[in-house]
Amino acid sequence: MTQSVTPGESPTHTGTANHPRRVYIVDGARTPFIKARGQPGPFTPVDLAVQCGRPLLLRQPMPADAFDQVILGCVNVLPEEMNPARIAALRLGMGEAMTAFTVQINCGSGMQSIDTAYKYIRDGDSDLILAGGAEALSKAPMMLTEDAARWLAGLNAASSPQDYARQLAQFNPMQFKPEISLAKGLTDPIVGLSMGQTAEVLAQQFNITRQAADEYAVSSHQRLARAQESGWLDGEVTPAIAPDGTLYQQDDGVRPDTSVDALAKLKPAFEPPYGQVTPGNSSQVTDGASWVILASEEAVEKYGLEPLAVIRDSEWSALDPKIMGLGPTLSSTAILKRQKSGLNDIDLWEINEAFAAQVLACTAAWEDPEFCQVALGLDTPMGRLDPERLNVDGGAVAIGHPVGTSGNRIVLHLVNALRRKKLKRGIATECIGGGQSGAMLLETV
Amino acid sequence: MTGHILQSLSSREMALGPFDTGERPFQPEKGGAWKHWHLRRDDQDIAWLLLDKEEAGANVLSADVLEELDSVVSELEDNAPKALVLRSVKATGFCMGADISEFEALESEDDVIDKLSRAHAVTDRFEALPFKKIALIHGHCLGGGLELALCCDYRLAIAGAKLGFPEVQLGLHPGLGGTDRFTRLVDPLEAMTMMLTGKNAHDSKARKLGLVDDVIQERHAEAAVAAAVRGDLKHHGNGIRERLLATRPARQFEVRQMRNKTYSKAPPDHYPAPKALIDLWERHGGHGKSMRKAEIKSFAHLLNTPASRNLVRVFFLREKMKHETRADAEPVRHVHVVGAGEMGGDIAGWCAFQGLRVSLFDMEADKIANAVGKLTALCEKKHRSKAETRTILDNLVPDFENQGASHADLVIEAVPESTEIKHKVYADVEPRLKDDAILATNTSSIPLENLQEGLKAPERLVGLHFFNPVASMPLVEVVRHGAISETTYDRARAFTGQIDRLPATVRTAPGFLVNRALTPYLVEAMILLDEGVQAETIDAVAEDFGMPMGPIELADQVGLDICLSVSDMLRDRLDTNMPDAPEWLRSLVEDGKLGRKTGEGLYTWDDGKADKKDKRSAAPKDALDRLLLPMLNACMTCIREGVVADEDIADGAMIFGTGFAPFRGGPMKYAHDRGFADIRETLAQLAEQYGERFRPDTGWDG
Repeated sequence: MTQSVTPGESPTHTGTANHPRRVYIVDGARTPFIKARGQPGPFTPVDLAVQCGRPLLLRQPMPADAFDQVILGCVNVLPEEMNPARIAALRLGMGEAMTAFTVQINCGSGMQSIDTAYKYIRDGDSDLILAGGAEALSKAPMMLTEDAARWLAGLNAASSPQDYARQLAQFNPMQFKPEISLAKGLTDPIVGLSMGQTAEVLAQQFNITRQAADEYAVSSHQRLARAQESGWLDGEVTPAIAPDGTLYQQDDGVRPDTSVDALAKLKPAFEPPYGQVTPGNSSQVTDGASWVILASEEAVEKYGLEPLAVIRDSEWSALDPKIMGLGPTLSSTAILKRQKSGLNDIDLWEINEAFAAQVLACTAAWEDPEFCQVALGLDTPMGRLDPERLNVDGGAVAIGHPVGTSGNRIVLHLVNALRRKKLKRGIATECIGGGQSGAMLLETV
Repeated sequence: MTGHILQSLSSREMALGPFDTGERPFQPEKGGAWKHWHLRRDDQDIAWLLLDKEEAGANVLSADVLEELDSVVSELEDNAPKALVLRSVKATGFCMGADISEFEALESEDDVIDKLSRAHAVTDRFEALPFKKIALIHGHCLGGGLELALCCDYRLAIAGAKLGFPEVQLGLHPGLGGTDRFTRLVDPLEAMTMMLTGKNAHDSKARKLGLVDDVIQERHAEAAVAAAVRGDLKHHGNGIRERLLATRPARQFEVRQMRNKTYSKAPPDHYPAPKALIDLWERHGGHGKSMRKAEIKSFAHLLNTPASRNLVRVFFLREKMKHETRADAEPVRHVHVVGAGEMGGDIAGWCAFQGLRVSLFDMEADKIANAVGKLTALCEKKHRSKAETRTILDNLVPDFENQGASHADLVIEAVPESTEIKHKVYADVEPRLKDDAILATNTSSIPLENLQEGLKAPERLVGLHFFNPVASMPLVEVVRHGAISETTYDRARAFTGQIDRLPATVRTAPGFLVNRALTPYLVEAMILLDEGVQAETIDAVAEDFGMPMGPIELADQVGLDICLSVSDMLRDRLDTNMPDAPEWLRSLVEDGKLGRKTGEGLYTWDDGKADKKDKRSAAPKDALDRLLLPMLNACMTCIREGVVADEDIADGAMIFGTGFAPFRGGPMKYAHDRGFADIRETLAQLAEQYGERFRPDTGWDG
């Protein structure tokens, strides 16, 4: 089930344009990713989308109501913010006539919004779209168990004092042990494994050691710290300000001083005591939002926009939820095949760091003849991806992984990193809980 | 969200009963019996009485409106319907109260008593009509308007209604039976508090009090009326407390506390109305007729007190300044503020609070963050709901890269008082301005002639001088200069109206009006300090005169750095013989002891309050004149030199910008009351004794 269309092939969609149009990324901005510290953070998903959306829109030459639509990825939608895309559009002053919808494909949501926008513009249905991702994992709601909800409903429906008393008597305090929706959401209902457990599966299958994963994690922190200090995230990360006046200027989960020794002391979080996936080599639970602006050639001309990159291709793939972390190899290999390219023909890679072991398993899988043949249909393995091309400014282990946002962030950062290094082609890809993956090929202009 | 589609549909909402022809806005029938009232019955024999004061944007109970009501009541007496609905068809609300412009013509107490007694007779008859009367209240329902509504059996508030008795702000209390009917309808202590403070009760608050019987949406108005007629609507009436307070000893007990609380804020020597209101209730509370009779007498007496006459003057000064905002100009939609210091941050916050889109730029992101925190605190203080607060905060767009200038209709520069820094800001901003955008400076001291140098289009520059704290000081000095265009000037004036501030138009001159008049007052306070007079004593002299705070506290509040730089600038530029600022003041500023904002200045400050000692020494006999007359003298100079157009603007600016004792009607009104000759002679004597700084302006010779 491929949703993508290879450039040059006749499109399978029924768009209004006869030929696919070029789709540019012209700008983008995100909030700092704010680490969840055991209590609800200051921002809802829409608050975060507004925080980075306002400075982004402010620096555009066109007015905020010039957009055709708004698409936002968000996984943990709060009950008071149903369809966060529309609420964000209104709060951003984009006008009451702005259509907006929310997309949800777990960890791919922020890229799904870009891909959907890409296809609207490519097919001639839209010219200018704001596409983003927003997530406030610290606010993931506490839920009542179904038993508790049923008991409450019975109480409300009680028709007489006797009935009421009967209901009251059935009270069982254990029913009111809250279920944390985040814990539920990060557990696959089909295979019954938490996301961390799926990383344990991959580590074993591809011989990723604890040491290798911890080393990878340290490098992620160091790369992010270097990018922050060098000002490489300026403009990409815009400060966020909480209502109480607290200023968030940069991703606050970064630990530039961490070491393999320090990480080695952490206990396995998902499969103690023998497992190896720890909080130190996993992505951080954070709040954050990100937007990119996509524009057609016409919109670029009309408003005098400066294209940063063109979207060349995209792909979505799926596999067994138990090994969801390998997804990136499927979707990006499909693109590479269409482009007749090898791994290192791509200048830069962003593979979302759900888990250090999971990223390392992906690169190991590309070197694994059996996997390449069975999963990717290749007679010879893809080979070794040059680690200097991969996640050059760190990834979710250091920055954090607000699930609905990450896919958007890696596309935005890939564009900026390619331009900074004056490089041409890049792929952003992520694994998706539930056993899917998305990938997108970009080219700077 | 008020897009054009919703806007066009909204006019369908107002319930008009039998008058509803589907036509909007409401068209009064021609040739009716009355000009301001419209009466018609529906098929259930329920009469609808609409108040629509002819050729007016808002309803007021003017003499002719009341006269016509007399005839409406006669008609209803002769021909009683099953019930009556009373409502306004004005968008502004039910009724704003009495027609204050009629007050001036009432010269003697007897005049007032006569006029009020006739008005009482009309409302008493209205109240006595033998069928259910239902007031349908939307928007503002104030003073006399509320007193009329109190004559009905039911009050239904449309969500958003604001009810209140603002009379105390005019040095009065309710005079159309309100003191009696209100204290009998609801908990008298709550009613007294509302009348003593002049604060409005919004819809749900009014229902909680029992002032209205229900709060409904406009779309349910007719259904709610039908419920009231059927008797299905319960009164949220008065409970035990009213009965307990029906005896005079019980009221006397309550009144003691009421007096303590009231007099600390409004001393009876300065503000006689609250005292009169408390006396009235103490003597007559709960005794309908006798209280209403005494109310007339008390009101008539108050209306002729100097305090009330002056407060009514202040009301009209406000109207006059508001009128200045009605310039024909394109409204400002996006404001860009450069500089998020104390003033810039608060100006941006206030604009956002008033519903404008604001971008706020500063090189230091934490200053912008600080402004956001202060705006949240303002929303809390002003009881904004969670959703309203969110919208207000969304309006304030942090701008870390100075991008807003190219989108804004108005750019306000609020950077430090240095010509060089300001010129740098203009050089950066001006080329990016939209064609019709205007550029304002919040400078408090640099003449605009200097600032406009180097601008490509000096005609777009205007001074918008705000006062600290922005959210509580209604004044903005709108500063003209030689090169300003009328379009710029008009747009700037109209903008002050958009953000609910009052403009005082001034010509550029050192310190404009307010700082020029205020500085000699503050400087003299420093000299008194230097002479060894206790700070608390100096402040008490000014407070006893009626200033909201004394000059020492005010200097700390404004910031000693700002006071010093303004006084240095004025000393340099003006020939006023102002003495040098004391050395110790300079040291305080150098040590960063700037007043309230740093926690220490002339006082130590804790949690926004100056720590004042209770024990005070006696003040020198001439202390008040020494403080006050230089301020008056500067106002006179500004008028004579044309910095302000007239005495009214000078008085308004000093009251709304500095809080100058409102019950004295402003500095120039005070000078008139005391006599120009007295002012001149006293100044001359002070000049002889203390030096040339007291030399009387030639304007006093008049």
